[in-house]
Amino acid sequence: MAETASRLPVIAGARYAKGRASVSVAPPAARLSLRAPSESVAALSKALGVALPEKPKTSITKGDVHALWLGPDEWLLIGPDGHDFAGALAKVAAFHSAVDISHRNAALMVEGAGAADALNAGCPQDLNLSAFPAGACSRTLMGKTEIVLLRLAEHAFRVEVWRSFAPYAFDFLEDAIKRDW
Amino acid sequence: MSAAQKNRIAGKGRLNAAKPLRFSFDGKVMQGLEGDTLASALIANDIHLVGRSFKYHRPRGILAAGVEEPNALVQVKRDGARTEPNVRATVAEIYDGFAADSQNRWPSLEYDIGAVNDLASPFIPAGFYYKTFMWPAKAWAKLYEPNIRRAAGLGKAPIEADPDAYANRFAHCDVLVIGAGAAGLAAALAAAEAGASVMICDEQAGVGGALKFETSAMIDGQGGHDWAVATAAKLAAMDNVRLLTRTTAFAYQAQNMVCLVERITEHLATFNADTPRERVWQVRAKRVIIAAGAIERHMVFAENDRPGIMLASAARTFLNHYGVAVGRNVGVFTANDSAYHAAIDLKKAGVNVAAIVDWRDAPAGPAIEDARALGIEVIPGAGVISTGGRLRVSSMLVQAKAGGVSRLIPVDALLMSAGWTPSVHMYSQSRGRVVWDKETGRFLPGAYPQDAISVGACNGAISLSETIDQALAAGERFANEAGRMAKRTALKGGSAESFEGGVSGALLGADQGETVKAFVDFQNDVTAKDIKLAVREGMQSIEHVKRFTTNGMASDQGKTSNIHGLAIAAKALDREVPQVGLTTFRMPYTPVTFGALVGHARGKLFDPARHTPIHAAHVALGADFEDVGLWKRAWYYPRAGEDMHAAVNREVKTVREVGGMFDASTLGKIEVVGPDAAEFLDRMYTNPFKKLEPGRLRYGIMCREDGFIYDDGVVARIAEDRFHVTTTTGGAPRVMTMMEDYLQTEWPHLKVYLTSISEQWAVIALQGPKAREVLAQLVEGVDISAGALPHMSYREGRILGVPMRLFKMSFTGEAGFEINVPSDHGLAVWEALYARLTALGGCAYGTEAMHVLRAEKGYIIVGQDTDGTVTPDDAGLGWAVGKKKADFVGIRGMKRADLMRPGRKQLVGLLTKDPKVVLEEGAQIVETPNQPVPMTMIGHVTSSYWSENCGRSIAMALIAGGNDKMGKTIFVPMPDGVIEAEIVKPVFVDAEGGRVHG
Amino acid sequence: MLLIHCPYCGEERPEVEFRQSGEAHIARPQNMADITDEEFEAFFFLRDNPKGVTFERWRHVHGCARFFNAARDTVTDKILMTYKAGLPKPDITLPEKTLALTVDPGVSGRSLLPGDAK
Repeated sequence: MAETASRLPVIAGARYAKGRASVSVAPPAARLSLRAPSESVAALSKALGVALPEKPKTSITKGDVHALWLGPDEWLLIGPDGHDFAGALAKVAAFHSAVDISHRNAALMVEGAGAADALNAGCPQDLNLSAFPAGACSRTLMGKTEIVLLRLAEHAFRVEVWRSFAPYAFDFLEDAIKRDW
Repeated sequence: MSAAQKNRIAGKGRLNAAKPLRFSFDGKVMQGLEGDTLASALIANDIHLVGRSFKYHRPRGILAAGVEEPNALVQVKRDGARTEPNVRATVAEIYDGFAADSQNRWPSLEYDIGAVNDLASPFIPAGFYYKTFMWPAKAWAKLYEPNIRRAAGLGKAPIEADPDAYANRFAHCDVLVIGAGAAGLAAALAAAEAGASVMICDEQAGVGGALKFETSAMIDGQGGHDWAVATAAKLAAMDNVRLLTRTTAFAYQAQNMVCLVERITEHLATFNADTPRERVWQVRAKRVIIAAGAIERHMVFAENDRPGIMLASAARTFLNHYGVAVGRNVGVFTANDSAYHAAIDLKKAGVNVAAIVDWRDAPAGPAIEDARALGIEVIPGAGVISTGGRLRVSSMLVQAKAGGVSRLIPVDALLMSAGWTPSVHMYSQSRGRVVWDKETGRFLPGAYPQDAISVGACNGAISLSETIDQALAAGERFANEAGRMAKRTALKGGSAESFEGGVSGALLGADQGETVKAFVDFQNDVTAKDIKLAVREGMQSIEHVKRFTTNGMASDQGKTSNIHGLAIAAKALDREVPQVGLTTFRMPYTPVTFGALVGHARGKLFDPARHTPIHAAHVALGADFEDVGLWKRAWYYPRAGEDMHAAVNREVKTVREVGGMFDASTLGKIEVVGPDAAEFLDRMYTNPFKKLEPGRLRYGIMCREDGFIYDDGVVARIAEDRFHVTTTTGGAPRVMTMMEDYLQTEWPHLKVYLTSISEQWAVIALQGPKAREVLAQLVEGVDISAGALPHMSYREGRILGVPMRLFKMSFTGEAGFEINVPSDHGLAVWEALYARLTALGGCAYGTEAMHVLRAEKGYIIVGQDTDGTVTPDDAGLGWAVGKKKADFVGIRGMKRADLMRPGRKQLVGLLTKDPKVVLEEGAQIVETPNQPVPMTMIGHVTSSYWSENCGRSIAMALIAGGNDKMGKTIFVPMPDGVIEAEIVKPVFVDAEGGRVHG
Repeated sequence: MLLIHCPYCGEERPEVEFRQSGEAHIARPQNMADITDEEFEAFFFLRDNPKGVTFERWRHVHGCARFFNAARDTVTDKILMTYKAGLPKPDITLPEKTLALTVDPGVSGRSLLPGDAK
């Protein structure tokens, strides 16, 4: 077949930087919504090669794969585009639900010394390092959209947001960075 | 020093004479200094007349030097769009080119026609408006209200859109300190040095609070104000401290959430367009220290509102901080010591003090001695009973409390102090209940409902040393409670001054007589006798007195007037003050702009606009869009020369004759996975799902427990333990929530999980006779021939090399497909399909055509043909309710007697007698047209369209007993006549249903 | 904005992340199809509206997405404690004139008594 659809992510390539922070669109990624009871965690972790975090608001990063605790039986797995999470889990007999959501989300990177402040323009959580250290993650709100926030480093966050809310999230962060002074 | 600034005293104050600024008031250009407020700059230029009062249009001047100012409200004009009414001149900082106008006067501030109200005042007492304009009712809308509105209101709202930006920030800290006077700074220092993360804010441009005027204050071996500035610098340099000036704590909410508003550009002549004008800080503090200080009260005596009559502390602030003398020959009327210090400072600065009139019979102490030593006459046991002067006070009339001869003393300014009212606003907002301290006649903070404490003057401290001790203890304790104990802070502070004592209420007959005006609330023109009148009219509680007189209801919220109002009401009722009650202080502490509250949520950030992955294609095709929730959906695709009607007619015809494409990506989608998935869906939907085979689809109806339709959609069984469920566009979040609710809380033992995949998949509906031919050109790995892929089947395969979930289904009545592809491929797949479809003569169709097409087949839209009171039976969908199921959501609700009653409203079709008439959706239906009004309504039109395929109008309606009325004529009364229509089955095209299998 | 202790996340989170979801401890009848009109009325329509302690369902919808229960004082609007869905209704009686607790005692193990905050 001559035609092959290429992946066309929402607001690809957008970036805004000013002063203490920047926001940019992350490259396309593979994502899996993993749901499972605690009895299944060991088997799933083994199959994935990543120990699924069981502590609230924490994530594990192994290589280029992030495993984010979202709820007591829910994880978000993020890997490079094309990463085959489903394949890794195909043979796990323990009860779980693995659903591909690679295209459901887009991701924004918020970086710089003012990154937390920019997020706090709309995110009501305490993003001080003591309360939200590197590696911390949480589903929460930013302005009028739900996000999943992952702190990669003191001055770097990854914001996962549903695809159709990504332009709003980008515009919101741009405005927050622009209004920093 | 400019000669024009005749009241600027060389060598006094903290402003830099080398930094002059030009500003204008009512068009007159004058000079001020950097750091001036409009009030200080006006007084420097010997201007006291600043505004006209709200009700009586009396000339008014500057009462205060801070936010409590009730009189000096001006219109600040930066440019065409940036004009703000009711700005307190005592708060507005001037910049080069600053311009303001007076308000509430016409034609000019000096000659104001409205002042006739002052002469007519015996006829417009408190409650006048409530009583006078009650009858006749019709006159209110046409006569009274427009005229009252024209006369009322101060200043003018801007008419252009606000060009400024605003910002918001959520912040968290161990200790928030409200106020950066001596108390706040000391508390912040103690907390910060112990290691706590500290935020400290102050509403003024600079720190120091009362230290700005309290000249004898010494802290840590430094002058009070010098210490404040040095301490602020020290705090600002600490990593764990955020110091915010020009920042008002305006709302104290639950669990130590305190909202601050920071004014960022208001005081600047020029600024970067990116800079927000204001930023709201939503601070969540582990502990809050309220260091809000105290507010001086004025004296309530006759004619106490003339320009030039002001609070003693204000005069002292203007002198000691701004270097401005408020007059050259001032009088003082006080009931405490603190006003003596104002007199002493002025006298030392070369201003004549005509006399200090002291309400107390035998004032004694160092302040009185110092005043007398400077040659100031002190008149004890006396009061000011009236004043003279039209646009500026020119004299005070003094009389002994015992009565007797009165003495006229010429003055050009009159300073008052009735005592200090602790600023308990923040404490009260925190839901604290103030306690009346009978001995000192003050309300003070009682128990703390939140983790907070008040220190300094707002906590009743009357001396600097007491203030510092309270502040250090609080700062250290709260830091320790947050687990920080790095270092203890030691400070010694003291001052010769005391802020105790005073009076409240009306003095010397100020509440007597028809024409006496002794103002309690300057901003709302409430006099002492108004409050007595309220009591006489039967108001017993201060809440009623307040609403009857409007005392304390202006934008200053009674900062200077509350205690006086209470005292007067208490005296009139012959009760103690606490029995009359104190009104609750509400947020905001001072007015907050709408812009600040809106923050970032303007323009494109007002609400997210959701676009499907295929949006760009619709734009390229020139689609008009409609809002469906937050989604922008392609409504119809007009071609050259087409209006909406023509476009929709073409689209619906093309779909049935050739084929059409529709972007259905907004549909809600849920993946249901687990061994109990079928059991779970069996319980959630009215339909049975356990026997649905993998690879098959089923239309499902979801009810609430009450048996009414909640949502509908098509469910695909992908595998034994995996389903792909679709919901309506609008129902997606609530269906997910309801499913999660049942799963988590009613049936947690079911082994099944739900995942929203609404945005994982772009959905293209490809419908019509040519659909299969078009799709066949692009799919791989799936046989889509009619024999291999019957109606209501599900297959997986690839299209353009990407994964596809293929639904063989129809919402048009034509043979069709819904093609699901991962969102990032949606556009490419759409474009490939579109090229092939249009080559065969097909077209894209929008939501309007989709509505018409489904109505032609009688397919319902939940929320349009149902309204939350429609059962599956009512909607003609009884076949979708599993009769053999033991349980599902709604099973019991729909068996209630009324829901089984014959004659309920049922969904039917309507054909108008005149085929060209299109009924109005929502129109009411009657059985006979010649009834008296109100007619008996038997139902209403739910859907109605022009159907180009039928060559006539079609409609759907909910009609009582509709199923038994087939063929009957009903009537739709409209404003311009009655429309006749026949009840028919709600299927207008292909009644046999053969086309979907094509 | 309240802070609400999510028993699944183990910490207090801002109120906007949550949705209130009606009265707690109303179990759906197992024999739903067979209950009487009166039983259906009690299950579906009748709700308490007490002055004082009320038990209600909340969902941490913009967080861990779990439903849980909370005991709230309708007089002070203070959430007295939160607990996981499925746990029995706790026994809470507020002493008269007692300031409501400001910190969830059931989870954090720390209670703040009247006067502590002063």
